[in-house]
Amino acid sequence: MADNDAEWFDEAAGPLVRPYAMTGGRTRPGASWLDVATQVVTVPSTVERVGIGPEQHAILEMCHRALSVAEIAHYVNVPLVVVKVLISDLIDRGDVVVRPPAQALRAPGRELLQAVLDGVRAL
Amino acid sequence: MVSVHSNQSSTVVPESVKILVAGGFGVGKTTLVASVSEIPPLSTEELLTEASTGVDDLAGIEGKTTTTVALDFGRITISPRLVLYLFGTPGQDRFWFMWDELARGAIGAIVLIDTRRLDTSFAAIDFFERREVPFIVAVNNFDGSHHYEPDEIRSALAIKEGVPIVNADARQRDSSKLALIKLIEHAMTKIPEGAPA
Ligand SMILES: Nc1nc2c(ncn2[C@@H]2O[C@H](COP(=O)(O)OP(=O)(O)OP(=O)(O)O)[C@@H](O)[C@H]2O)c(=O)[nH]1
Ligand SMILES: [Mg+2]
Repeated sequence: MADNDAEWFDEAAGPLVRPYAMTGGRTRPGASWLDVATQVVTVPSTVERVGIGPEQHAILEMCHRALSVAEIAHYVNVPLVVVKVLISDLIDRGDVVVRPPAQALRAPGRELLQAVLDGVRAL
Repeated sequence: MVSVHSNQSSTVVPESVKILVAGGFGVGKTTLVASVSEIPPLSTEELLTEASTGVDDLAGIEGKTTTTVALDFGRITISPRLVLYLFGTPGQDRFWFMWDELARGAIGAIVLIDTRRLDTSFAAIDFFERREVPFIVAVNNFDGSHHYEPDEIRSALAIKEGVPIVNADARQRDSSKLALIKLIEHAMTKIPEGAPA
């Protein structure tokens, strides 16, 4: 059992099998533009949310305060590629909101940079 | 049409920006992130498969080589509407395509250098130069290391004129803060004239 297969099984089977069962085997979020820094915010709802898994419930719970994709991945303890699928489904369902993709991938402009600069100087 | 429910806009979604902290193994990336972050650095991981471009499902994953790459990051909440993230990026050049994603839309990068092992940060410098991502070089002065003048570093690593080189101590908050300020100012000089605000 000291061959490659055994190694794969030991090292990767745990972290791989479970997350991909969680996302129905998909690794590509519909919203593939989701960035590690994209802020995710839960849309308040008074009705019980059905049809989502425990990880997604956890995401909705934590995102009453805006969190980035990377923070969510850390707290849910799944790889980024998996958390993006989970979040993407929540976006499609209208359970969470993010900023439009056009803003996600653009290098920040002068005004935004100035705001960041002022913020860092004030630290 | 992407499903972004901007009609539910009573929900305020903050804007976010990223700065990358790059450099070779053990140059002080996590230390720098920790010194300015409002939270202890968090970590997350990315799964890389050899065929990681264009894979829509992982059926048959057994046949592929997978690697887990750990990223750590910190957070600076600038205002309720604006958050800055600092990502410490793994130094090995085989993770380049992950750098691609991290660099997309980023303000720029701080490339840390350990003067005892200059070459370990070369891949990072090369990457940001090629991708035209604004970056500065921060020389992390480890105890007992020989002190080099910025010009010596510049010629040793063939760093272009115009790329700022600063001395840093990644353990010191004020020093890390100055490196961030230098980078942001540098990035501002790279915005094309007449670009939208
Ligand atoms: N003297 C000195 N030591 C430092 C400085 N910055 C970091 N160190 C030390 O160097 C060691 C490595 O720092 P890390 O921040 O873990 O480096 P890293 O780049 O995140 O390392 P990897 O993620 O493993 O590549 C730690 O023991 C730090 O305490 C510095 O400015 N001066
Ligand atoms: Mg580190």
